[in-house]
Amino acid sequence: MSAPKHIRTPLARVLGRGAARSGTEHFWHQRLTAVANIPLTIAAVIILITLLGRNQAAVAQILGSPAVTIIMLLFIFSITIHMRIGMAVIIEDYVHDESSKLTLLMANTFFTFAVGLAAVYGILKLSFGL
Amino acid sequence: MVQFTLPKNSKVEQGKTWPHAPKAGAEREFRIYRWNPDDGRNPRIDTYYVDTKDCGPMVLDALIWLKTNVDATLTFRRSCREGICGSCAMNIDGTNTLACTKSMSEVNGAVRIYPLPHMAVVKDLVPDLTNFYAQHASIEPWLQTKSPTPRTEWKQSHDDRQKLDGLYECILCACCSTSCPSYWWNSDRYLGPAALLQAQRWLVDSRDEATGERLDNLEDPFRLYRCHTIMNCAKACPKHLNPAEAIADIKRALVERQV
Repeated sequence: MSAPKHIRTPLARVLGRGAARSGTEHFWHQRLTAVANIPLTIAAVIILITLLGRNQAAVAQILGSPAVTIIMLLFIFSITIHMRIGMAVIIEDYVHDESSKLTLLMANTFFTFAVGLAAVYGILKLSFGL
Repeated sequence: MVQFTLPKNSKVEQGKTWPHAPKAGAEREFRIYRWNPDDGRNPRIDTYYVDTKDCGPMVLDALIWLKTNVDATLTFRRSCREGICGSCAMNIDGTNTLACTKSMSEVNGAVRIYPLPHMAVVKDLVPDLTNFYAQHASIEPWLQTKSPTPRTEWKQSHDDRQKLDGLYECILCACCSTSCPSYWWNSDRYLGPAALLQAQRWLVDSRDEATGERLDNLEDPFRLYRCHTIMNCAKACPKHLNPAEAIADIKRALVERQV
C-alpha cells in the first residue's frame, strides 16, 4: 500500500468548508414556480387547444390579445425558471467532477435564457406586430 | 460522474456452497455476501443451509448458528440481539433492516443477505461507518445553552418533551441513510437522513439555545437540500421513525426564518 496523499480526520472531511448558508431560496423558488405552473400550464394548454385548426391570421390574433399574451409570458417565465432549477439539481446530484459540473451549470443557464427569450420574442412579436 | 456499475474488482461472483445441515428436519437456504480484504479475491455469494429446528426464529439467530456450526469465518456485527443497539443492520431480502428483529418467516425462498448498500466494506457483512458517525458528530448532538446553568435541571414542559418523540428513538443503525439514493451519490457532502433526524431532534428541543447556529450550519445545497423526499429512509427504518418528515420540518423552519 502506498502512503496516503491526504490525512484528515473524518470530522474534518465532513465539515469541509462549512455550510454555504444558502439553498433555501432555491428551494422556495422551486415550490413557488411549481405552484404557479399548475394554473399557468392548464391555461397554456387550453390556449393551444383553441388554436387547433385555425389559420395563421386567426392564431396571430388570439395570441396577440393582451390577456393571452400576459398568460403566455407568465407561463414562459415560470416554466423556464422551474426548468433551470430542476436541471441544476440533477447536475449537482450526478456530476461530481467540479469543472464538468460548472460547465454544465453554465450551459443550463445559457440554454434556459435562449429558450425563454426566443419564446418571449415570439409572443411579443405577435402581440405588437413588430 | 456517479458510478452506475461496480468496478472490476468489486463484481460479485458465485461463491462456495456449504454442506447441508446434518439433521435437516427443516432446512433454510441462505445466500450471503462474502468479501475478505486479505485474499485479493472478488466478493462472492456463498450458499449456506440452516437447521431451523436447531436455531431461533430471527435472521440474526441463523447467522449466529452458521458462525457456530458451519463457517467460523463468516463476519458480521451484532450485540444486543433485540433491536436497540443497531449493530446488526444489513440488507436482508432487498431491504435494509436489523437482522435481530427480522424474522426468517417474513422472507420467501432463500434468505439473501448483503452488507448495507453503497458503503465501503470492511469484511463480509461489516460496512465502514466512519463517515456516517462523523456526520452525526458534525451536527453536535448535545444540549447547547448560553443561559447560566440552573441549580437543578433544565426544565421542559410535558408538551415540549413530546416533540422529541419519534426523534430520540433513533439507534444510528444507518439503515435509512444507506437506503437513500441521494446519500449513495453524495454521501461526501449530504448529511443523510440519520444525521438530519438527529439535527431535528436538537432543533426542536425546547431547552436548546443554539437553534439559530444549528440552522445556519444545515443551510447548504448539499448538507440538507440533497434530500429529494424519496422516502426510502422512512420505509427502511426498523424503529418505524420518519426521517423524511424530520428533514421536511428542517426545510420548513428555514423557509419560515427567511420568507
